[in-house]
Amino acid sequence: MLDSLGGAADNGAMIAWWEGLLLVGAGGALGGVARFWLSQWIDNRTGGGRFPWGTLVVNASGALLIGLALGWASGPALASGLWLLLVVGVLGSFTTVSSFSLQVVGVAEQDGLRPALVYVLLTLGGGLALVAIGHALGRLAGGAA
Amino acid sequence: MTGYSLRLSLFVALGAALGSMARYGVSWTGLHLAGTGFPWDTLAVNVAGSWLIGLYAVISAPGGCRPADPVFRHFMLAGVCGGFTTFSVFSLESLWLVQTGDPARAALYGAVSLVLWIVGVWLGSRMGRRLNAAAAQG
Repeated sequence: MLDSLGGAADNGAMIAWWEGLLLVGAGGALGGVARFWLSQWIDNRTGGGRFPWGTLVVNASGALLIGLALGWASGPALASGLWLLLVVGVLGSFTTVSSFSLQVVGVAEQDGLRPALVYVLLTLGGGLALVAIGHALGRLAGGAA
Repeated sequence: MTGYSLRLSLFVALGAALGSMARYGVSWTGLHLAGTGFPWDTLAVNVAGSWLIGLYAVISAPGGCRPADPVFRHFMLAGVCGGFTTFSVFSLESLWLVQTGDPARAALYGAVSLVLWIVGVWLGSRMGRRLNAAAAQG
């Protein structure tokens, strides 16, 4: 993931591969259920998901939160159990690319290219802006201290 | 929470746990194989997950060649595919590439990712439609 990008990979004690796997699995279960119900709840309030507001909101908020985590931890802490549980597990699973891709094609076929393009731009633009904002806030709150 | 919602939650949780662990497995393998400074592992899981959701959404739909009940469909689509792929880690890596002084590589990562995600889901659903058509012909 971020291993090849350098960073604070040596935070915390080394944990065994199966411990990492269990932490990611447990976090992933929580993040996945949260994504499922939150996106469905949002879709139900915004026209039944014809425009995928639910996925857009989970992906945007997940980007903000992962930016906060990166700023707080002053870099990816891949060897840390807490990072594996909350970032790789919960936040990794809370957001999704597969539904996004499926919805881009679905919206394009159903409503045309323009709303599909709007969805792509809102997701990528919003996600990248929010991860940067989250990172700046996270540094203010924790990493800079 | 009704019994159905509870069952749905448990299956989505189980699928997302499996998907997330598979994603972690790919990253862990990538850690040891590719020290190239480009997030190949996340790109790979997101493209593969897009392909899988395109395929499975088509063949498991009512009238498809592998129709599945709603709970199992959500287990596969929202659970396994959703947990396997990740937008947050993608955005984190894009930011990290910018911050480590490589905005060109960040832009390339974003562009290549978007194109391959869409190609992946398109290929998957095309394959699904072919499987459906083949099954319909007997």
